[in-house]
Amino acid sequence: MMKMRLILVAALLLPALGWAAGTPTYPNDEIDIDWSDKASMQRGARTFVNYCMSCHSAAYSRYDRVGRDLGISDDLVLQNLVFTTDKYGEQTKVGELMKSTMTTEYAEQAFGVVPPDLSLIARSRGVNWLYNYLRGFYVDEARPLGVNNSVFDNVAMPHVLVELQGYQKARTAMRADGEGGEHEVIVGFDLIEPGSQSKSEYDQTVHDLVAFLDYIGEPYKQTRKNVGTGVIIFLFVLLILTYLLKKEYWKDIH
Amino acid sequence: MGWIDERFPLTKMWEEHLAKYYAPKNFNFWYFFGSLALLVLVLQIVTGIFLTMHYKPDGEMAFISVEYIMRDVDWGWLIRYLHSTGSSAFFIVVYLHMFRGLMYGSYQKPRELVWLFGMFIFLALMAEAFMGYLLPWGQMSYWGAQVIISLFGAIPVIGDDLTLWIRGDFVISDATLNRFFALHVVAVPLVLLMLVVMHIIGLHEVGSNNPEGIEIKKHKDENGIPLDGIPFHPYYSVKDLVGVVVFLILFSVVLFFMPEMGGYFLEHANFVPADQFKTPEHIAPVWYFTPFYAILRAIPDKLTGVIAMFAAIVVLFILPWIDRGKVHSIRYRSTAFKWLLAMLVISFIGLGYLGALPVTDTRTLFARLFSVGYFGYFIGIWMISKNEKTLPVPERIQ
Repeated sequence: MMKMRLILVAALLLPALGWAAGTPTYPNDEIDIDWSDKASMQRGARTFVNYCMSCHSAAYSRYDRVGRDLGISDDLVLQNLVFTTDKYGEQTKVGELMKSTMTTEYAEQAFGVVPPDLSLIARSRGVNWLYNYLRGFYVDEARPLGVNNSVFDNVAMPHVLVELQGYQKARTAMRADGEGGEHEVIVGFDLIEPGSQSKSEYDQTVHDLVAFLDYIGEPYKQTRKNVGTGVIIFLFVLLILTYLLKKEYWKDIH
Repeated sequence: MGWIDERFPLTKMWEEHLAKYYAPKNFNFWYFFGSLALLVLVLQIVTGIFLTMHYKPDGEMAFISVEYIMRDVDWGWLIRYLHSTGSSAFFIVVYLHMFRGLMYGSYQKPRELVWLFGMFIFLALMAEAFMGYLLPWGQMSYWGAQVIISLFGAIPVIGDDLTLWIRGDFVISDATLNRFFALHVVAVPLVLLMLVVMHIIGLHEVGSNNPEGIEIKKHKDENGIPLDGIPFHPYYSVKDLVGVVVFLILFSVVLFFMPEMGGYFLEHANFVPADQFKTPEHIAPVWYFTPFYAILRAIPDKLTGVIAMFAAIVVLFILPWIDRGKVHSIRYRSTAFKWLLAMLVISFIGLGYLGALPVTDTRTLFARLFSVGYFGYFIGIWMISKNEKTLPVPERIQ
């Protein structure tokens, strides 16, 4: 019971301790995702299956659904997006869930944590956070994998996209923390070893990837809005009719 | 029809509750929310039934099954969003319905029981919402329930055993999820439905109040029909239809274009599966509980805080006896009453806002201020209502 109490006390106190928020982390850019830009999401899907899915799943999502929504035929999906195999060594079927083949035991040994499923990451973290996070890796020799992240401090994830972005070093400065003290904060990055993409190309790659993650978080988002528009137009027509009906009935009430 | 009526009072019921139920002719905007609450109740029951066809109350599968509903079930996203948006809509409608009661004195004699049944509905609704929120089995479901259930642990002597009994385990677990599911889909809805029937039967026995706060039954024609009354059907059924459509438009805007409502209706952390080893950095209940949660947090001592939180609800139950005034409507009550009601509204909204935010010293100070404002309303009403300087009340509805 003692341990339980501690957990609960911690749970109640955490809101009080955390959230020294105020100084935003660098980078702190906003991203605007265009749901009609299927090409961007397709490129994002390719980056996702090539770089993310070795460790992460999107296990609430199915390959063929992604194909249908993003305008890719099942054959092209199988050729370009399905790189996993089932337990018999056969290529995963197109109607299957997008599961990574990494086992949780292996993941725990390798990283200390199981890489989270990314189906809903855009809904829990938000697209801006993802956009900044994926551009926030910097060289930090103190970390076991040699990199740290300016948005997610001491993250266990390696810089998977390093071959594209290259290595960057953090530029820091002292900033007041608003409580009388000063803290060293990251204010910028300097590229020390270029990757295969320029900065703007890399930003676009991350943009596409985040667009895909946004899509996969709520694949029916566009349908939802389309249906909603129709429903609301219908309701406005109904409103006129019901209002006239009410007026007709009420004209003899004074 | 005659065949049925000889065996079942169908026509009699139709007339008693609709065609010959005479309601005051001067209902205004605030009188839409009763029928809207009924509409949302039906919506929640119907969507809930469809959700149970696909949902799995299992610690391993609950979260996945919700995403399965959202992605693989035809129109599953619509059913789920209807249900999740519906729960918030239910509280909006019910809070406005209750506010109407405060404004026009609908709780006063002879409607004390109507109010009491209503308060029991509110209580059941809170239980229903709380248990329903655990079912998606996200981080906020889990930790929100953890925090709220732990409050019972503050009760002396039996506290620890009580929390154990509620959870059925030492932590929130599969056992808790299963029993909350049972309570959420069977037990509490049954209680709710029964209470709603009693609320309406009680209301139709004494008759509806109105914005003037006067009894239309005092002036009847030779047939015993109130002079200022009109049959609920067709007059209010067609009028409420307009209200229903306006409500549905607003509801649809949220449902189809902002179902998360900026993290207030669906909290961001709830898109992460429940993990008993990882506490989210900020635990906030859903918005409709935040006013009471803020009262809890405003008080440093846990037990006193819990008592204050429950007192905030209990005090609503006994409002008909706290208010000793004879005049019902805000239109004819004293200026002091109007100020008190304004204070209550500001305090309640203020508490709701603060309850969703992490604690800071300034915020705690304000939460205390608003808590005093909240309870101050009831103390104030008790003090002013004995010898309140009211305006003359008209005999008839103009």
